[in-house]
Amino acid sequence: MSRAPGPASRRKASPRGARGGGQPAIHTRFQAWGVNHAQAMVFSLGRLSRNPFGAALTLTVIAIALALPSGLWLALKNLQEASGHWDRGAQLSVFAQDSVTDQDLVQLATRIQALEAVQNAQPLTREDALAEFRALSGFGEALDLLDHNPLPALVLVTPVAAHQGPDAVRALAGQLEALDGVAQAQVDLQWVQRLQALLEMTRRGVGLVAVLLGLGVLLVVGNTIRLDILNRRREIEVAKLVGATDGFIRRPFLYGGLWLGLFGGLLALIIVGVGLLLLNGPVQQLAALYGSDFRLRGPGFSGALGLLGLGVALGLGGSWIAVGRHLRDIEPR
Amino acid sequence: MIQFQNVVKRYPGGQEALSQVSLRMDEGAMAFLTGHSGAGKSTLLKLIALIERPTRGQIKVNGQHLNTLPRRKVPHFRRGIGIIFQDHHLLHDRSVFDNVALPLVILGYRRPEIARRVRAALDKVGLLHKEKAQPVTLSSGEQQRVGIARAVVHKPAILLADEPTGNLDPELSREIMELFLQFNQVGVTTLIASHDLELITTLDKPILKLHGGKLVQTGPRDEAQP
Repeated sequence: MSRAPGPASRRKASPRGARGGGQPAIHTRFQAWGVNHAQAMVFSLGRLSRNPFGAALTLTVIAIALALPSGLWLALKNLQEASGHWDRGAQLSVFAQDSVTDQDLVQLATRIQALEAVQNAQPLTREDALAEFRALSGFGEALDLLDHNPLPALVLVTPVAAHQGPDAVRALAGQLEALDGVAQAQVDLQWVQRLQALLEMTRRGVGLVAVLLGLGVLLVVGNTIRLDILNRRREIEVAKLVGATDGFIRRPFLYGGLWLGLFGGLLALIIVGVGLLLLNGPVQQLAALYGSDFRLRGPGFSGALGLLGLGVALGLGGSWIAVGRHLRDIEPR
Repeated sequence: MIQFQNVVKRYPGGQEALSQVSLRMDEGAMAFLTGHSGAGKSTLLKLIALIERPTRGQIKVNGQHLNTLPRRKVPHFRRGIGIIFQDHHLLHDRSVFDNVALPLVILGYRRPEIARRVRAALDKVGLLHKEKAQPVTLSSGEQQRVGIARAVVHKPAILLADEPTGNLDPELSREIMELFLQFNQVGVTTLIASHDLELITTLDKPILKLHGGKLVQTGPRDEAQP
């Protein structure tokens, strides 16, 4: 108490200045608003790090809830990409009758090539077919046991782009079957269509799971922030008592939710990345068996950014709900 | 300035804490508020700080009509008031310095300015050397003085104290009251609720006495009028 204030007569000259809170100047306050945000950010981050076990638990739950739909979505995208190749290359196999010689086959191919709906017609003699089968099927040795070549000669027909639709391809098949020397024209479209239908169904399913898990993240963050608010009831009361606005009190909790969402998203990204690494080897082996150099695609930069953005949005949303619901109820008594 | 006109405060449940209270304290005045526990002292202070709203009657504080002050303006209004509680309301998860700094942080002061003002306030209550201490390590009297430093650090126009010497021994109580006198001397309107009549009658300031929610007596000086 060494610096006791002077008598009342010195009131005017005292450096206390204007009464009523002694607010700093307006531009300083605007600056301070930014500083306040930065402080709230760092403060909420510090709060997270002071309870590492609880934070890790919450983050893991959030990360799993985000990683699961992301991984499924990624798998779906890869499947679509893989099946897309087959879809685009809708081909017809036009099997020649056994009586057709190799020369006749070339003529047949030329005639087919002349058709309007056909982009390309490639003749495949019985020997060609055998060689290809030997190379791709892995049953080459079994063929050696046979004393003659069981495979028919054929012409591989690729329709022009305008005739790629299922109906058009089927019509073309009928047209081809009417040609001399053709035994059968086979369209391999049905299984592609089935796969597409299956993928569409799976896409819906993944969407549903994503929505539910997103809701889960919202609730997990909301509940974490709610507990945080209740734990800091006293602090909130005191802050309100000395003139803290709702915004000031809200800020650290909102940033808390933002961090949970962001770090949860990061962790989810790591989980997805590790999953991709683990799966890529076997998938490439499988693709190689089918004669493809297909490899798994990652989420890419925009996908990763999207996942982080989703995490942040869900974190902010969850904390916003909790803050809106509980902060107003806490008033000094 | 604090002005009450026929103020009634009834809590939910029907209990009337204040009935028809009228009083007026000019800017820079100082007064004590006394009466039995349950007489309405705390309620009166809470009405001034807008912790409670009146059931009937008009209250005007710092030129603001509190009856019509919207909720969103309450924080700014409270910045003009420093409040001290018997149980000091300190936050135990942070140091003395950070406790005192809270109102300045809320007001948006920069760090160097905060440090300067917090140290000035702590110096005034004689606790400059304890700025890094945790509140729990302080004695009751010291904790109360930290509470006072926090209440005055942003230089409010009005200082309210609810039983600030409630659990202090007579010597410490007198020191605390001396502090309030000093703040009043530099122009802070000061209203202190206390039942320590023995102490406050020696301080030559008006005494408002509440009994059963009614203002029954003032004295010894006529600075605050019922």
